[in-house]
Amino acid sequence: MHNKEKHIVIIGGGTAGCVAAGRLAREGYRISLIEKDKKPGGKINNWYQLFPDRRRSVEVTDYINKEIDHPLIDLMTGTELDKVKYKNGKFSISTGKSDLGQADAVLIATGFDLFDATRKEEYGYGIYDNVITSLDLENMFHSGDILTTKEEIPKRVGIVHCVGSRDEKVGNFHCSKVCCVTAVKQAIEIKEHIPDSEVFCFYMDMRMFGPYYEELYRESQEKWVVNYIRGKVSEVSENIEGRLVIKAEDTLLGKPIRMEVDMLVLMVGMQNAKAGLNLQDKFGIQTGVNGFFRIRDNHYGNNLSNVDGLFYAGTCTAPMNITDTISHARAAAVEITEYLSKN
Amino acid sequence: MARNFGFAPIKGRVIDFDRNDKRVFEYVLEREPSFALCIGCGGCAATCSAANFTEFSLRKLNILIRRGENDEVRKIVDRCMLCGKCTLVCPRGVNTRNVVFLTREAFEEFDNYAI
Ligand code: SF4
Ligand code: SF4
Ligand code: SF4
Repeated sequence: MHNKEKHIVIIGGGTAGCVAAGRLAREGYRISLIEKDKKPGGKINNWYQLFPDRRRSVEVTDYINKEIDHPLIDLMTGTELDKVKYKNGKFSISTGKSDLGQADAVLIATGFDLFDATRKEEYGYGIYDNVITSLDLENMFHSGDILTTKEEIPKRVGIVHCVGSRDEKVGNFHCSKVCCVTAVKQAIEIKEHIPDSEVFCFYMDMRMFGPYYEELYRESQEKWVVNYIRGKVSEVSENIEGRLVIKAEDTLLGKPIRMEVDMLVLMVGMQNAKAGLNLQDKFGIQTGVNGFFRIRDNHYGNNLSNVDGLFYAGTCTAPMNITDTISHARAAAVEITEYLSKN
Repeated sequence: MARNFGFAPIKGRVIDFDRNDKRVFEYVLEREPSFALCIGCGGCAATCSAANFTEFSLRKLNILIRRGENDEVRKIVDRCMLCGKCTLVCPRGVNTRNVVFLTREAFEEFDNYAI
């Protein structure tokens, strides 16, 4: 098959990069898959259960690992891209370790970074003991214990939505899309672990955009009696007993509300990954106002960059859930196949 | 006695959640589990005749009950005429009429034990 003579470099071995690699390898292309971490799979490796069905995340990582189990895929972990030269539609690429030779197409699938919660100082992350992020909570789920730093079972947990998203103060105007449903999922998991605890979600809008998300939200109310308060938490402090005191407006009542919690979970948003942004100058690519890579067309060109032969897949272009990331990666494979058949 | 010297203690508007008494909420929720499903959309209040003529909103009442703002609940809960129109509108299937009914019942119950 003459496809074998064509070489594609994929940067990023998370969900998007791996799914695209699998598709393209099965088309007969030779793939170099570069991953900066020690193993592929990306951010899902950190998650314990996934919304909306709360399946174990390892089921999806197993799928991803099977995707890249193909003789035409050369997976290079612990590797980062070093130099790029672009001439007549072909890329010459080297990593710090080796020269990858010429690539006929490049797919950027560098994903996202979670917002650094210390930047929202008023929430006290890194200052107060029991202010944690959604990621820290996933680690607790992994370990099986949800405990405060004093090793006590929290009686009341607060969840703050939109931390680092929809917030001009940190320069992020966009909605990270998946944190509302993550909050709902985590609220349920907390109630499951600690049935007599109370959980309060402080939200600006509940954005249940995906299939079965609204149903999960409903379940959280009906079965688990999770409480939702529409209002942005404005500040957090610690009282003498070491409990956290949060202030917000209960906007549906038009009144300020104050309550103590034993643990506060910050739903940190998504930003374009640093690893991706580092590629900007090397490839001459652009970002949009949201900081993610700018796609050529919002409706039908969402895998295309401003450089011919250079494509995008996954959350380097916008916040996405896993389902959409997989679809986006498959679509990238179609775009690349079409491009290579013409060039 | 109604003289205001400008330094009378004003009851703050802040919902002090930890001090508030949530027994009315618990009473209603236990007997009407659909109460947990309210999303504060206001459909009920939009259709309600009482809301159209008085300062009354079932949406607000629901939230006040949840927060344990019982003084306010007590002030407005009698304005509902139990007509049940709101129940026909609610997108979450909250048995709104029963919520009002149970709230009144809860007050009677607890008042007998003199809170
Ligand atoms: S998904 Fe929800 S929590 Fe996340 S940024 Fe959007 S509105 Fe905020
Ligand atoms: S039952 Fe009460 S709250 Fe509902 S529509 Fe009738 S008067 Fe309004
Ligand atoms: S219509 Fe139903 S969901 Fe909407 S505010 Fe009223 S009770 Fe709540």
